[in-house]
Amino acid sequence: MTPSSIGVLRSTGGPGSPSQLPPAGVERLLSGMGDLGRPVSLDDHLQRWGALPFWKGASFLDELDRSGLRGHGGAWFPVGTKWRSVRRSGIRSPVVVANGAESEPASGKDRLLVHHLPHLVLDGAAVAAACVGASQILVHVPDGAVPVMSRAIEERRRRSLDPCPIDIVVSADRFLAGQESAVVNAINDRAPAAPSFVTLRPVRERGVGGCPTLVQNVESLAHASLIARFGADWFRRIGTPDSPGTALLTVTGRWSEPRIVEAPLGVGLGECLGLGMDSSTRIQGVLLGGYGGGWITSQEALALPLTEESARSLGSSIGAGVVVLLPSDVCPLLEVSRVVRYLEGQGAGQCGPCVNGLDALATTMEQLAIQPRSIRHGATSIPTLCSLVEGRGACRHPDGVARFVRTASRVFDDHISLHLQRGPCHSTAQPFLPLPAARRRTVR
Amino acid sequence: MRRSHFVLVINPIACDGSGVCAEILPERIGLDPWGYPIIEFGAIPDHLLDHAQRAVAGCPRLALTLVKRSS
Repeated sequence: MTPSSIGVLRSTGGPGSPSQLPPAGVERLLSGMGDLGRPVSLDDHLQRWGALPFWKGASFLDELDRSGLRGHGGAWFPVGTKWRSVRRSGIRSPVVVANGAESEPASGKDRLLVHHLPHLVLDGAAVAAACVGASQILVHVPDGAVPVMSRAIEERRRRSLDPCPIDIVVSADRFLAGQESAVVNAINDRAPAAPSFVTLRPVRERGVGGCPTLVQNVESLAHASLIARFGADWFRRIGTPDSPGTALLTVTGRWSEPRIVEAPLGVGLGECLGLGMDSSTRIQGVLLGGYGGGWITSQEALALPLTEESARSLGSSIGAGVVVLLPSDVCPLLEVSRVVRYLEGQGAGQCGPCVNGLDALATTMEQLAIQPRSIRHGATSIPTLCSLVEGRGACRHPDGVARFVRTASRVFDDHISLHLQRGPCHSTAQPFLPLPAARRRTVR
Repeated sequence: MRRSHFVLVINPIACDGSGVCAEILPERIGLDPWGYPIIEFGAIPDHLLDHAQRAVAGCPRLALTLVKRSS
């Protein structure tokens, strides 16, 4: 997403006030935002937040556990548990990777953090490095973020702020570039955006250079840096016991441009978006999480308490904080088929069930969208195809696609029947779900 | 006394769908429409452990592993 297309919805106006008090309102990460055109400098960052407190050894791990912070990269895994699992192994010191690859086309929050609040992210990486005893921090970001990150790292280096060296690794422009083992493989100089089969040897044991590796999303690190300053009790003042704190959402389809919103977990999604139930008729469906997330109905979305548990109870997930409101003038099946074909093309091409299964799923969705009456009576059903790919790849890419398709089948069930009875929509609306510009497909 | 059991694990990257495993252990391994193995969930019963080991040894890509898990 380009910078000009991302607006930030602020509940209070003006630049962050110089203060070392904990943010009292909903806006926490974003309360440190300065003028939108420039990254917050180290001086302004320290004036706003104060210096990062020193936590002896691994003492911060207890505070992190108490905070209940869960990861914001997509899986919502408890961050304290994750940091605890990465330990020095023999002579190998751990490596911390701040993961800002953000390959989700409909997500812009990590880009915002990296470009405007780099020191929040780097503080989090520093705290993580101190906790796990890391000898190196790597920042994994797209090419466009290199200048701002380089400057931020240099600012810190001059003041010897961090426990170990920080270097940048440029992320590939592929959907799987941010996947945990793919990140490690890219850093180890192997094929970029190609996951490994890590079931028998997880990345936390053996990753970058064979060292125990912590790969953590940049937003998670930013939240951790505030917990390091203001504590677990402060963090838990917002949110629910299982989903504490705030989350950055990238919202598409609510305003004229996609916007990033810092939302308090636990509050209704409708309330966060400023939408009442009467808006539900104008929204065909809501996608939560990302292109590996799940669709829910507009009524479900507007009433949904923004917690991971509530989202999962509907077969979805808050995931990477993607929220897309599908307007009523587009054909949902055409939109879904476009995304599924994109996801099929973004696979690493390593696992038979995924290569074959996603192609079959994409073809089926395209047929449903464009030539529904050509579907053979005995053709493999969508649920069967989903079951054939779930759990059968080296990574969770096919599982994500299956969830995206299964939930779409539920939410757009009426529309599917319409297509099967009457034929395709002939909608003239422009494509809605964002996808990167088409590029020549690599021949495998 | 801690009990343990064995499960079969496929490395889907190494697997190329030769189907040798399904031939040796059809009781637990089937093939999907594209020839790739689907392993039935759960512990390998004692009377099939020999066959399971032969399936592991027979895989031309070394994609199959017998893993010990504690019950």
